[in-house]
Amino acid sequence: MVEKITVGHVHMSGCTGCLVSFADNYEGLFKILDNYADLVYALTLVDVRHIPEMDVALVEGSVCLQDKCSVEEIKEAREKAKIVVALGGCAAYGNITRFCRGGQWNQPQMESYVPIADLIDVDLYIPGCAPTPQQIRNVCIMAYLLLKGTDEQKELAGAYLKPLMDLAQRGDEACGCDLMYDVINQGLCMGCGSCAAACPVRAVTIEYGKPNIDRDMCIKCGACYAQCPRSFFNFDVMNEFEGISELIKGVME
Amino acid sequence: MVLGNYKSVVAARSADNEILKGAQDGGIVTQLFAYALEEGIIDGAIVAGPSEEPWKPEPVIATTKAELLAARGTKYTLSPNISLLKEATRSYGLDKIGIVGTPCQMQAVRKAQLYPVGMRDVPDKIALAVGIFCMENFPYQSLEAIVEDHCNVKLESVKKLDIGKGKFWAYTERGAVTQIPLKVTHKYEQPGCHVCLDYVSNLADISTGSVGAPDGWSTVFVRTKNGEDTWGKAIAAGCFETKPIEEVKPGLDLVKKLATDKITKNQKTLEARATFGVGKGLRNPYI
Ligand SMILES: Cc1cc2nc3c(=O)[nH]c(=O)nc-3n(C[C@H](O)[C@H](O)[C@H](O)COP(=O)(O)OP(=O)(O)OC[C@H]3O[C@@H](n4cnc5c(N)ncnc54)[C@H](O)[C@@H]3O)c2cc1C
Ligand code: SF4
Ligand code: SF4
Ligand code: SF4
Repeated sequence: MVEKITVGHVHMSGCTGCLVSFADNYEGLFKILDNYADLVYALTLVDVRHIPEMDVALVEGSVCLQDKCSVEEIKEAREKAKIVVALGGCAAYGNITRFCRGGQWNQPQMESYVPIADLIDVDLYIPGCAPTPQQIRNVCIMAYLLLKGTDEQKELAGAYLKPLMDLAQRGDEACGCDLMYDVINQGLCMGCGSCAAACPVRAVTIEYGKPNIDRDMCIKCGACYAQCPRSFFNFDVMNEFEGISELIKGVME
Repeated sequence: MVLGNYKSVVAARSADNEILKGAQDGGIVTQLFAYALEEGIIDGAIVAGPSEEPWKPEPVIATTKAELLAARGTKYTLSPNISLLKEATRSYGLDKIGIVGTPCQMQAVRKAQLYPVGMRDVPDKIALAVGIFCMENFPYQSLEAIVEDHCNVKLESVKKLDIGKGKFWAYTERGAVTQIPLKVTHKYEQPGCHVCLDYVSNLADISTGSVGAPDGWSTVFVRTKNGEDTWGKAIAAGCFETKPIEEVKPGLDLVKKLATDKITKNQKTLEARATFGVGKGLRNPYI
């Protein structure tokens, strides 16, 4: 067996939906854990109290500024992990926690929640609420190939991961308006409807062939923008879709 | 990559007269889905069905041949077929999805598979992606302007619309035929089409269009293993009549020419966008 990578799940202020989504790979999750990745840190799943050294930290949830422990933990995660992944809308963009104003039991004074990139450098984003099991799986496989693969596999994994790394560079605010600013206002929308399909809260509908965004419904998960073929579309990767799909299938078998 | 990766290319048409009757060209799309549905290769297909407004397509999930027949023919205006991709696995419970779309929509399908950011459980459920050739598309109001203002025909009286031989054609229910030069229609095109770098649905499993084949026939590219499998079975089942592409007029050279023209023109647009303002550019979605 080839050497495994080490992965940790770091839980900030999130609903555990991202972790459930990871687990929703079912036998695929066991495949990943058996062959490719050792889970070295995860609430309830791994009996380790302090954040250890690891290759990849999957961070779920935003950081509560009034929670000293969370603030320290996110900084520690950055120091101890080679790659920090914002797993899901809350870690990447604040998501629904952006709307918090405090007053919840049993810590009413906790009111400010920020995406992790407000406090640390983040390497890669997996947007969405919840992020999909398949997207998490693909990133896990590519992270493994990037760290442990042959030169050719490293190159492929790098090309695959680049747009998700670019998302981390792009900024830590997202909402349906990004379709407006970066796609429609730029004369790029071609009316495919991917954004409407991607939105978990059905804030995007298609009217006369173009997206219409109900901004009151948007929870700022960033899925619509990331799913849009005109936000990023890397021909090098996409033209190889058949081979990459087979590779992923092969790795998971 | 002008014509994309493909395993084979032929001229073909459906062997089913009922399908051919209302089909745009050789009835390839409808025939393929009808066969795949019957054989259980797909549980249903996302197609551009009719809506309340004339010639304004509404994406629908067809699970019967009758629904496929109702969606035959080309609507030269945006049909956001991908908007139903996730819904097909939810409300309709499809495990094997068929989908038809323009080249950009095939790009959306493959992005949904490789980067399924908001497409939970979708990647493994695309059973047959059929792409159609596409030079450009029109917003609905553009189509209205072209047909009603330029062709002088009410949209509700139109039986068939077609683009070919450098012209835009409108055929009415009562037998009138109007044609206008394509150059009149250019200004009505959807802006997003001007950065599109695919003419023949390079990323589909099977892609088809009228160009290259004689009237009533289609050019068909079989592109993936999956496409090859379905196409082979459909041929064996006698679904299609075929002719070698080398033996038909105008043939593959015309397809290659039009594809090259589109890509060259749009590549120029992309380059021009980079310096659109003074010291400022517009986004290039491909980098
Ligand atoms: C906007 C547009 C531009 C085109 N440009 C060209 C071209 O330049 N050269 C060329 O050779 N062919 C072009 N085509 C393709 C061609 O018009 C036919 O769609 C194709 O040959 C399939 O014909 P058929 O008889 O096999 O399919 P049919 O059996 O008639 O079925 C057609 C299928 O396409 C679906 N469909 C119709 N309109 C749309 C739409 N707007 N978006 C998504 N799906 C739709 C229908 O629901 C149906 O399932 C274009 C099509 C469109 C929609
Ligand atoms: S996904 Fe992008 S290109 Fe497609 S309809 Fe939405 S904004 Fe337009
Ligand atoms: S519109 Fe929907 S998909 Fe887009 S950011 Fe808002 S909630 Fe997410
Ligand atoms: S020209 Fe390109 S972007 Fe426009 S509808 Fe056709 S395939 Fe889509």
